[in-house]
Amino acid sequence: MSSEFPLLSLVIWLPIIGGLVVLAAGKNDVLVRWLALAFSMLTFLVSLPLYTGFDSSTYQMQFAEEASWVPAFNIHYSLGIDGISMPLILLTSFTTVLVVIASWEVIQRRVSQYMAAFLIMEGLMIGVFCALDAVLFYVFWEFMLLPMFLIIGIWGGQRRVYAAIKFFLYTFLGSVLLLVAILYLYFQSDSFSILDFHDMRIGMNAQIVLFFAFLIAFAVKVPMWPVHTWLPDAHVEAPTGGSVILAAIMLKLGAYGFVRFMLPIVPDASHELDWFIILLSLIAVVYIAMVALVQEDMKKLIAYSSIAHMGFVTLGFFVVFNIFDSTNSVVGAAMGVEGALVQMISHGFISGALFLCVGVMYDRMHSRNISDYGGVVNTMPVFAGLMVFFAMANAGLPGTSGFVGEFMVILAAFKANFWVAVLASTTLVLGAAYTLWMVKRVIFGKVTNAQVAELKDLNMRETLVLGSLAVMVLLLGLWPAPLIDVMHASVGHLLEQAVSSKL
Amino acid sequence: MHTLSLVIVLAPLIGAIIAGLFGKVVGRAGAHSVTILGVSISFLLSLVVFKQIVFDGVDPYNGSVYTWLVSDGVKFEVGFLVDELTALMMVVVTFVSLMVHIYTIGYMRDDPGYQRFFSYISLFTFSMLMLVMANNFMQLFFGWEAVGLVSYLLIGFWYQKESAIYANLKAFLVNRVGDLGFLLGIAAVLMFFNTLDYAEVFRLAPSMEHVTVEFAMNEQWSIMTLICILLFIGAMGKSAQVPLHVWLPDSMEGPTPISALIHAATMVTAGVYMVARMSPLYELSETALSFVIVIGAVTALFMGLLGIVQNDIKRVIAYSTLSQLGYMVVALGASAYATGIFHLMTHAFFKALLFLAAGSVIIAMHHEQNITKMGGLKKYMPITYWTFLIGALALIGFPGFAGFFSKDSIIEAVKISTVSGAGFAYAAVLVGVFITALYTFRMFFLVFHGKERMDEHTREHLHESPPVVTVPLILLAIPSVIIGALAIGPLQFGSFFGDAIHVLPIHDVLEVLQSEYHGVFSFMLHGFMAPAVWLSLLGVGVAWFVYLKRPELAGDIKERFPGIYNLLDRKYGADDFNDVVFAEGGRGVGRFLWRFGDIKLIDGVMVNGTAFGIGKLAGIVRRVQSGFLYHYAFAMIIGLLVLLTWFVF
Repeated sequence: MSSEFPLLSLVIWLPIIGGLVVLAAGKNDVLVRWLALAFSMLTFLVSLPLYTGFDSSTYQMQFAEEASWVPAFNIHYSLGIDGISMPLILLTSFTTVLVVIASWEVIQRRVSQYMAAFLIMEGLMIGVFCALDAVLFYVFWEFMLLPMFLIIGIWGGQRRVYAAIKFFLYTFLGSVLLLVAILYLYFQSDSFSILDFHDMRIGMNAQIVLFFAFLIAFAVKVPMWPVHTWLPDAHVEAPTGGSVILAAIMLKLGAYGFVRFMLPIVPDASHELDWFIILLSLIAVVYIAMVALVQEDMKKLIAYSSIAHMGFVTLGFFVVFNIFDSTNSVVGAAMGVEGALVQMISHGFISGALFLCVGVMYDRMHSRNISDYGGVVNTMPVFAGLMVFFAMANAGLPGTSGFVGEFMVILAAFKANFWVAVLASTTLVLGAAYTLWMVKRVIFGKVTNAQVAELKDLNMRETLVLGSLAVMVLLLGLWPAPLIDVMHASVGHLLEQAVSSKL
Repeated sequence: MHTLSLVIVLAPLIGAIIAGLFGKVVGRAGAHSVTILGVSISFLLSLVVFKQIVFDGVDPYNGSVYTWLVSDGVKFEVGFLVDELTALMMVVVTFVSLMVHIYTIGYMRDDPGYQRFFSYISLFTFSMLMLVMANNFMQLFFGWEAVGLVSYLLIGFWYQKESAIYANLKAFLVNRVGDLGFLLGIAAVLMFFNTLDYAEVFRLAPSMEHVTVEFAMNEQWSIMTLICILLFIGAMGKSAQVPLHVWLPDSMEGPTPISALIHAATMVTAGVYMVARMSPLYELSETALSFVIVIGAVTALFMGLLGIVQNDIKRVIAYSTLSQLGYMVVALGASAYATGIFHLMTHAFFKALLFLAAGSVIIAMHHEQNITKMGGLKKYMPITYWTFLIGALALIGFPGFAGFFSKDSIIEAVKISTVSGAGFAYAAVLVGVFITALYTFRMFFLVFHGKERMDEHTREHLHESPPVVTVPLILLAIPSVIIGALAIGPLQFGSFFGDAIHVLPIHDVLEVLQSEYHGVFSFMLHGFMAPAVWLSLLGVGVAWFVYLKRPELAGDIKERFPGIYNLLDRKYGADDFNDVVFAEGGRGVGRFLWRFGDIKLIDGVMVNGTAFGIGKLAGIVRRVQSGFLYHYAFAMIIGLLVLLTWFVF
């Protein structure tokens, strides 16, 4: 299916061009902000037809574009989206608008470069979700690191250089293995098309090697235990906007890699080693949640919470095989994958919102330490209401989006194995414990110090940003059907691929 | 019926939204008017529904409102099931809620969070209605968690109070432990039935009776037992059964109206309602029924004992609630689901009454809650006194009052139940009757009779509460007297519940009792021939003797048996245990995993170790790049030699 109008290219390149324009606008901060807002809004508007014009009855790639890029190596500029990538693109374009608004007055230094970095990063991230050519994918994947590296390194906190380098090295290690895997696949198939990779036969040994290459590449991004320690550092040092994009979108790229590369390309190895990923996911859910409990820095706490929640995503993807083994059909497995995908979107909203909440407080108090706060509700009641709402969503309260994905994944995990489900559902207690304990210490109680006593409640801009996220979290929690309905065909196809042997 | 149900549910929600989001705009009067209007609409329409279902014989309504999501061919829907059981719950919930709304006008008059409070209690009413009107497990869980959320918000309503924000976190987390089981139970239902719709699950259940599943270590479990016990763990959290009871006494840190509404009359009975609703499942597992009856019996007896040593008026009533919830659960375990619901209903009225009357006392005492500092209040607040007395008599099961009929039915039902554990449960509920009377009248005598132990200032200001407080008391006192006599016939021995509750013939204890039932008066007469009534009178007598006639005796007993007293005073050490093992232990494990696992092992050894290693390696390699020409020349020669050797040999 091919549309005449290159909508995907527009969604990718519009923000990148916007970023360059903003950069050119230079010193005029006011103009820069409005330009950045205009481009991000425009990108969001342009991305909306991807949903309205989406045909959810097919798993085929839609809005496809195809052009030869480097004929000598059979590299194509080939784009297309399915029910898995489309919601993620909307999430990206939506979040970027909010980040631009949220950074409005907060960033006073090198505004044009800051805004440009976010716009360019937006285009690159959307590019990752659209790319159907492995080289194109890899280019977007690698270049995306640069703006984030700069955002942490320039606008970050005190240990920003350490955090930025840790971030870069960690993810770079993963990327290198991804490149090796892609090159191997090219030499075997003489094509860089990801869809061709899906259809090629690969022996078991090669699959296992590829499995680990993919695993390391994507696990670093997700991040999964034990390659997760860059995330808390990166979050702590990153400016609020950087944290939001990191948590809301960048982590999703790793998870996206699992469904775009791992499951369809090396299904037999995935089948064989699914226990390993389930194990790592459960460690994320339990171990990381325990670690989150004792954090003293709010951003670290939310960062660890992100890792625990992403554990549900990988768990949802990989319980599939257990269900297939015991029932000999893929019926029942779709709920796990769809739950994981919903969790990705939902976590984008919730973690983004929580980082913005911390940002709101940080802008006023210049501290992220839980012990510096207490009784914020007394001076910032509106903010407190929103923060409690997002905390509840983070704890997976029904009626918020945080519930939907976890619920579906736990239901699917139960089919796979009782004990896996038991361990996964400890999040009900642990997730509530670390989130609400933080809320108790930061939001509730008497006003603890003079600084808290002088806090000003949210301004219009902050209310707008947090309010619109709250609406999304609530909408998705009360009626997730519109999101899940676009996934069915693609997830069904993915499951077919995952359980058909390629040996 | 579809529109009717929708209006009943949404009216309080709209009220909550207006009072909550536009509290400043509508003002105090606006907030209470709009929420009371919403709840009144719900109450009146619930009566209409009740009339239609129960008296006009309209068929139960079962329909969906919208599809939440579809995945794997399984439809998750939001919808309503309105049958006899639901209709009864709707009336009870909306009536008590309405009373509490009105009462709140007086109780919270001076509170700065007035609008917020009304918003919360209306939101609670909405959530509770969603829970009882659900027609599927998913929505049940929605309502289940939503009432938990509102409970959290309301316990911590006075957010400046350290004890309140500790209590609400504790309540939420302990409830979450129960919900963990509940959610797994729902997952089990979905796995074996492939649907979450009540009707469909109940229809398929009998065919699944003998299906087993390998649980662990080759042990075969009946899936019904597995499902029922997992679901019941949820009920243990919400209905505060041992050992998940620890949150309820602390929840008394919230304002008194919500102790009445949420932590006595409605939310805590959700577990009882749920098991009754799931009777078609529980009937298929004797193991689960035994589990239920034993947990209920333990709660009924041992939580009642704690009520004797408490001095906080609200905490005495809270332990009483725990104990009475135990009675309801015992009834469920004996397959007397109708009796459990019957006691739920009578308890909702008289316990809400007791709490609100206690609240009236607390206002008069300027927020003093210690009963040892009260006494002789009878002459200052007559309406509160008489309504409290009615509540107390109903609670101890004094013949003729509402609680008598429901509690006696439970005792009789357990007596003839054959499920294992019933013998123990029978003993527990009988002893419990004595205990109930003892703690209830200890509190009653200490508050209203005897010496006036309050300080001079408080005594001067003692007066009866305003009508917005006393009118709800009177309105709740009426059903606390008459509802038992009115309802026992149809509810216990008639066909009131129709198909809503399902009991297998071999478990049907009510069938046996029905053959002995010859009307209200003979039931009361029969009561005098059974031990329960005498035990409760004995309890009142002992309380009178120890706390009124010879007040010094209480202190003597305390000193004579310090071991028992301490055990009760420390609440069997349950709170200490949880604090040390779960709260401290959890944080300890977390700290270890963080400091050792993340920082030392992963960052220290793996990440920085790698970086350090590479740095070292680089240092060695750097020495090679010395910049001296002869070093390079030497290296080239060696390289050449190696290559030559390679090719030649």
